[in-house]
Amino acid sequence: MAKVKGAIVVDIKRCKGCELCIEACPTDVIRMDTKVNSKGYHYAYMEHPELCTGCVNCALVCPDSVITVYRTKVEE
Amino acid sequence: MEVKDIIKEENLVFKKTGLLTDKILSYCPGCGHGVAHRIVMEVIEEMGIAEDTIGIAPVGCSVLAYEFMNIDMQQVPHGRAPATATGIKRCWPDKFVFTYQGDGDLAAIGTSETIHACNRGENITIIFINNGIYGMTGGQMAPTTLPGMKSSTTPYGRDVELMGNPIKMTELVAHLPGTYYISRQAVHTPLSVRRAKKAIQKAFETQKQNKGLSFVEIVSNCNSGWKMTPIQANKWMEENMFPFYPLGDIKVDGKIIDK
Ligand SMILES: Cc1ncc(C[n+]2csc(CCOP(=O)(O)OP(=O)(O)O)c2C)c(N)n1
Ligand code: SF4
Ligand code: SF4
Ligand code: SF4
Repeated sequence: MAKVKGAIVVDIKRCKGCELCIEACPTDVIRMDTKVNSKGYHYAYMEHPELCTGCVNCALVCPDSVITVYRTKVEE
Repeated sequence: MEVKDIIKEENLVFKKTGLLTDKILSYCPGCGHGVAHRIVMEVIEEMGIAEDTIGIAPVGCSVLAYEFMNIDMQQVPHGRAPATATGIKRCWPDKFVFTYQGDGDLAAIGTSETIHACNRGENITIIFINNGIYGMTGGQMAPTTLPGMKSSTTPYGRDVELMGNPIKMTELVAHLPGTYYISRQAVHTPLSVRRAKKAIQKAFETQKQNKGLSFVEIVSNCNSGWKMTPIQANKWMEENMFPFYPLGDIKVDGKIIDK
């Protein structure tokens, strides 16, 4: 059966650490890094990349448009 | 399958529109202005009208919108956007002209410009970001501040006996014959972002058909002014702003919707 796999890329230097993407993700993929960017913000990253379906929810609510989303189908 | 095998050009499903510049937005983390900017630019890109669209930036936190929206823009004094938009549209009736205004800009100092542009039925689109306060200047009470809502000038909450009731600009302009499409939306969840984008598209299509003024309010957070985290602010907005400012279309095809 084909399964949908996704991945996000966060533009770290532009992320403001607002955490709205975490709230929007239905599969709990995203966390904030303990490190900060040059502006002093913690930035989003995929803590559970295997759970990402590429649904784009996180990217839709990101106020700074820093999330790029990829999606593909894989045969199991 | 590894992440690096998914991150390939052919699998791309979402990226920032090229009609937003690469400048880092001047907004606070989690502020709704960012999403509102993006969906307006996405609609303009998808309609293929970037070369023919002129935006008007207001005074308020979005005063620098012209730095972020990669189209022709004009910045105007506080509240004057609908007047300037009228002038530009009448000189260039074939261009798409929109204003982007906060609630202090549109509903306080610019009330007159807003109401008269709506009443004249100018063929422009107004995007109205309502966060219930003056964001830029430090969270003072605006005409849109809810009864009982705390702001820096109403530290004990808005007392309507003393300060009057908030004004629902969107319902008000819906009653003017010059307006053709009026909607109230939000941009805090994936679903609301999709709906708001559809409404903005409908607004620009109304302009294309020369039907009259189109007006989309976006109820948004000002988490800094409300003194909350972005997530708390969005929750507060759902619980307090939406009951007073209900979401959905208000006037479609020139007719007010019975609710
Ligand atoms: C003529 C004039 N009066 C007052 C101001 C001060 N001022 C700047 S922004 C602002 C309020 C903006 O609030 P709003 O329109 O709600 O936008 P927000 O910042 O919340 O996005 C005020 C009163 C000004 N710049 N010019
Ligand atoms: S929503 Fe965007 S800016 Fe906010 S934390 Fe997530 S990636 Fe960063
Ligand atoms: S694309 Fe969907 S599943 Fe993947 S991180 Fe974003 S919200 Fe979560
Ligand atoms: S002050 Fe409020 S409206 Fe202005 S950028 Fe910050 S959160 Fe947004």
